Amino acid sequence: MSIEIRHLSKQFGSFAALRDINLNIHSGELLALLGPSGSGKTTLLRVIAGLETADSGQVLFNNEDATSQPIQERQVGFVFQHYALFRNMTIFENVAFGLRVRPRQNRLRVQEIHERVTNLLKLVQLDWLADRYPHQLSGGQRQRIALARALAVEPKVLLLDEPFGALDAKVRKELRTWLRRLHDEMHITSIFVTHDQEEALEVSDRVVVMNEGCIEQIGTPDEVYERPANPFVYEFLGHVNLFHGRIHQGRAWIGDVEIDAPEHAEAEDLAAVAYVRPHDIEVDRVMNGESALPAQVVHILSVGPVVKLELVQKGNQNKNLIQVEISKERFRDLQLVKGDQVFIKPRRLDLFPHQLH
Amino acid sequence: MTTITITYPSKVQRTALTQEPVWVRWGLIAIALTFLTVFLFVPLLLVFYEALKKGVDVYFAAITDPDAIAAIKLTLTASAIAVPLNLVFGIAAAWAIAKFEFRGKHILITLIDLPFSVSPVIAGLIYVLVFGLQGWLGPWLAEHDLKIIFAVPGIVLATIFVTVPFIARELIPLMQAQGTEEEEAAVALGASGWQTFWRITLPNIKWGLLYGIILCNARAMGEFGAVSVVSGHIRGSTNTLPLHVEILYNEYSYAASFAVASLLALLALITLIIKTFLEAKVAHQKGELNHEH
Repeated sequence: MSIEIRHLSKQFGSFAALRDINLNIHSGELLALLGPSGSGKTTLLRVIAGLETADSGQVLFNNEDATSQPIQERQVGFVFQHYALFRNMTIFENVAFGLRVRPRQNRLRVQEIHERVTNLLKLVQLDWLADRYPHQLSGGQRQRIALARALAVEPKVLLLDEPFGALDAKVRKELRTWLRRLHDEMHITSIFVTHDQEEALEVSDRVVVMNEGCIEQIGTPDEVYERPANPFVYEFLGHVNLFHGRIHQGRAWIGDVEIDAPEHAEAEDLAAVAYVRPHDIEVDRVMNGESALPAQVVHILSVGPVVKLELVQKGNQNKNLIQVEISKERFRDLQLVKGDQVFIKPRRLDLFPHQLH
Repeated sequence: MTTITITYPSKVQRTALTQEPVWVRWGLIAIALTFLTVFLFVPLLLVFYEALKKGVDVYFAAITDPDAIAAIKLTLTASAIAVPLNLVFGIAAAWAIAKFEFRGKHILITLIDLPFSVSPVIAGLIYVLVFGLQGWLGPWLAEHDLKIIFAVPGIVLATIFVTVPFIARELIPLMQAQGTEEEEAAVALGASGWQTFWRITLPNIKWGLLYGIILCNARAMGEFGAVSVVSGHIRGSTNTLPLHVEILYNEYSYAASFAVASLLALLALITLIIKTFLEAKVAHQKGELNHEH
């Protein structure tokens, strides 16, 4: 089922949780709503579910207005961060609940309910826990049961509110891949909320980056990571280094390094900030013909396939650490040790005219 | 199967920094025990001793006396009306306070606590001022031949007033701790409001609710002050058990008075036992929640 959001706004007292949100969700896709806390992502999810009503705007399911449809009729599956399993029921009854509360005329027969619940418990690989109670299960198991319970009513949309937020790192990673696989098998339109950029980039087909009630960028994980639309997205998605410089008529200067900046052809001597990812910085022991920025190695972290260097720029008031990631081979070639003098050059960067943020 | 033997140090150093000297600990325990014995346990024993002093026949004669039976009936009637009403009100108020945000929430909480802070005698007087012959509604009630003060309705009203906080007060923290997520999950799965209440909310609060009912009932049956003001002390008609005890005592029928009082004491003991049992259950219901998060 496709979902369309039109001009959605929502206030909580004086706090604007959503400001004029417009969004199209394609049928069958797995979409991540990513943002810091207070960005409005959970509110948006709850409005789509029908757990919250927006002050203005519309929610359309399959091009039909669902704005004032009660949650019971929306056929959404909702998964909560803290699982919200029914503590007074066994695991089996939890999963069966949605089937048992149906009006008599379209309720399944007892045998059919039993079959479907058993199948779902097998799907989440927890059929051996059917007679237990929620408090006897681990967090990861509970969340899988919560998912099975949501799927039992054959929802048209699956909505997940920080589904892995309360789990420890290892379980979180496992469930993440598991959710991706499950989605690939079932092709049910799914939206999940997260503040973990790694999770959003790894699992989803598309990412919606939100901040202060607005959408900052919509795109595939590659797009939002490689081509962030603005400084906020840049800083929110992964590590990034900031260099202060100037742009003038399509050229940019950071220290002595001059760079082409054709997208800023009209800029007239503007202060600018360059955003560079740690793996987009070249490190060398000698100045390589053209200009480069001198820097000093202050810390080396060489665990794993990628070596992380921390540098400080020389002859610059900016004492911020510059994070650089190079391959292990390159690190061996350079034979760097702490305190070494190096030259760095951004391989790829994005320039944004200076603004206060 | 392998056995693992855990050895503890044979002598554990017992002088932790938070440990008070022995005489302080025993001193405190002795004070508490003496206090409880003198002020609670001895009087309770005395009630049963005095009640049975003149023999079992006198005891049973006292509690099967028509006036005593009438008092028992009235007490049961009053609590049979007051407790269910407070049950409905308590759940409704606790639900509203715990699960919704609205203006005047604090005022509602304060109002629920009012019967705790107002003297029961004042509560009785309020009803006399409103419904009594000289009260606001007195003339109108007299015209329509309705009797509230010095009649059963007044006693029921006074009982309801003093027992309002018990159930609501017990449920509010429990429901607040449990939050609204389970209810949200239920409606998302297609359950109606009623289904959600009967299948999710009520089972989750049942032990706390029962606890509140027990306390509410004990108070409803034992209330003296408020009921005394509105009752008029008409024997066999508007006397509840506590009032009947007082009348008998004032007439120097000590044995009969203590016999009837022993019924109330018994009620207190039973309440205490059920309460202890329920407290463990409520703690468990809250504990499961902590476990879950």
